[in-house]
Amino acid sequence: MTHVLDRPATITTPAKAPKRKRLGLGKPIPYGRVLGPALVIAVWSITSATGALDPRILSAPWTIIQTGFELTANGKLPESILTSLQRAALGFFFGATAGTVLAILSGLSRVGEALIDGTVQVKRAIPSLGLIPLLILWLGIGEEFKIVVIAVTVATIMYLQTYAALTGIDSRYVELAEAVGLKRTQYVRKVVFPGALPGFFLGLRLAVTASWLSLVVLEQINATSGIGYLMFQAQNYGQTDVIVVGLVVYGLFGFVSDALLRIIERRALAWRRTLSG
Amino acid sequence: MATHAVRVKNLTRQFQQRKVLDDLDLTIAPGEFVALLGRSGSGKSTLLKAIAGLDHDVTGEGTLEVPQEVAVAFQDSRLLPWLRVLDNVELGVKPGRGKAALEEVGLKGRERAWPAELSGGEQQRVALARCLVREPRLLLADEPFGALDALTRIKMHALLRELCAKHRPAVLLVTHDVDEAIELADRVVVLQEGRIGLDLPAHDADRTHLLSALGIGVAA
Ligand SMILES: Nc1ncnc2c1ncn2[C@@H]1O[C@H](COP(=O)(O)OP(=O)(O)OP(=O)(O)O)[C@@H](O)[C@H]1O
Ligand SMILES: [Mg+2]
Repeated sequence: MTHVLDRPATITTPAKAPKRKRLGLGKPIPYGRVLGPALVIAVWSITSATGALDPRILSAPWTIIQTGFELTANGKLPESILTSLQRAALGFFFGATAGTVLAILSGLSRVGEALIDGTVQVKRAIPSLGLIPLLILWLGIGEEFKIVVIAVTVATIMYLQTYAALTGIDSRYVELAEAVGLKRTQYVRKVVFPGALPGFFLGLRLAVTASWLSLVVLEQINATSGIGYLMFQAQNYGQTDVIVVGLVVYGLFGFVSDALLRIIERRALAWRRTLSG
Repeated sequence: MATHAVRVKNLTRQFQQRKVLDDLDLTIAPGEFVALLGRSGSGKSTLLKAIAGLDHDVTGEGTLEVPQEVAVAFQDSRLLPWLRVLDNVELGVKPGRGKAALEEVGLKGRERAWPAELSGGEQQRVALARCLVREPRLLLADEPFGALDALTRIKMHALLRELCAKHRPAVLLVTHDVDEAIELADRVVVLQEGRIGLDLPAHDADRTHLLSALGIGVAA
């Protein structure tokens, strides 16, 4: 038995820890997200180079980059971008303002709620793009019409989100505000508005996405300028490279605007960061 | 000086057909610390909210004489997450005295923190500071330590006792903890069937007696 005692403690690894099968997905692949798109571009490049992909179906990636430069150099692309951006920005601005103001009127007073909320809820059932024929009859097919369609889309979304946020304030905070004797204006300023801010930002981000969607639709049905018009013309001449350039621009619009809003949101909701991180 | 900080007479509160408070009387002297015990669902929070004037849609009758300067402490610290600690303390009062109050509860230097950056005990201390700056003549507290761990609770007891000795508000403390009630209060009252069924000075209060009043039989 002595030899057992002589041996140094070999019990460093106790009875084998039970091995459980991992059910989660495990570690992410480094740069995994880039992998898929890179693969698509690789296949696209190879098939273009070998001639397997007809440029009438889809131009080669390098042709598209070249076209992008040409369109920039001759001023067509910047001009179209500016036109499109202006439409979206004006529509978004008016829509977001109107939607927010209506939401505040209806979220803070019962009279406002009675007048506004039902009306907007009815409007909600009708897709804004469905209003296009009527709005064309009223406004023609000029810029006002496009801006109004975008504004209506944005306003509806902003209203719904902001109103829900304003009326959904945690009742415990309302009780607190009463207990510390806040006046109505203080209550609105210190409790209701800051509490509704996350919902407001959610509205902004949904609205920005919807405004790009409206823009795309509007520019492709009846426009004489803008990115959508550029793409529409290219379709007539079978220029797939120009169409793809337009798609890239739309994609950038969406990406950049969302990123911008995220940054503003992070600043405005600094108190939230501590919760998630 | 008034002979009472709070006087409740013939107070009735009911939800649907059920009378939760039924012809209840309670008087608290200025500076007196009263602990309110009662079974779960006996109506302690209902009584507290009635005194605090926070029960808008509850039906009931009775007379309430309550001072203007009332502070309420809730079971959760109920800090507004979007206001910094100091702004939470000074919510609804003129700014200026919050810093001193935070120092009194031992949170000097944390004025600029967000509530979410504080521990549960620290948050509850901020809530206490929020009560202090109001210089209340009556402090209503609904299980303010219920969510804290035992150790933090003991510290909070000491803090509360110290602050009450210094500022001398009348206190109505709801608790389900008999020992807490005996330790902190001058007087212990038990809510039974919608009224104050038992009303004893804390030094006379007998643990076993109180527990049996709460419906808990204790093996000797
Ligand atoms: N808003 C309400 N609507 C209907 N019934 C209610 C409401 N609030 C309280 N009650 C009822 O009134 C009774 C007393 O509730 P209360 O919250 O005052 O009890 P409590 O003594 O504070 O209990 P606990 O110790 O669990 O906090 C309970 O039976 C409860 O179901
Ligand atoms: Mg309660």
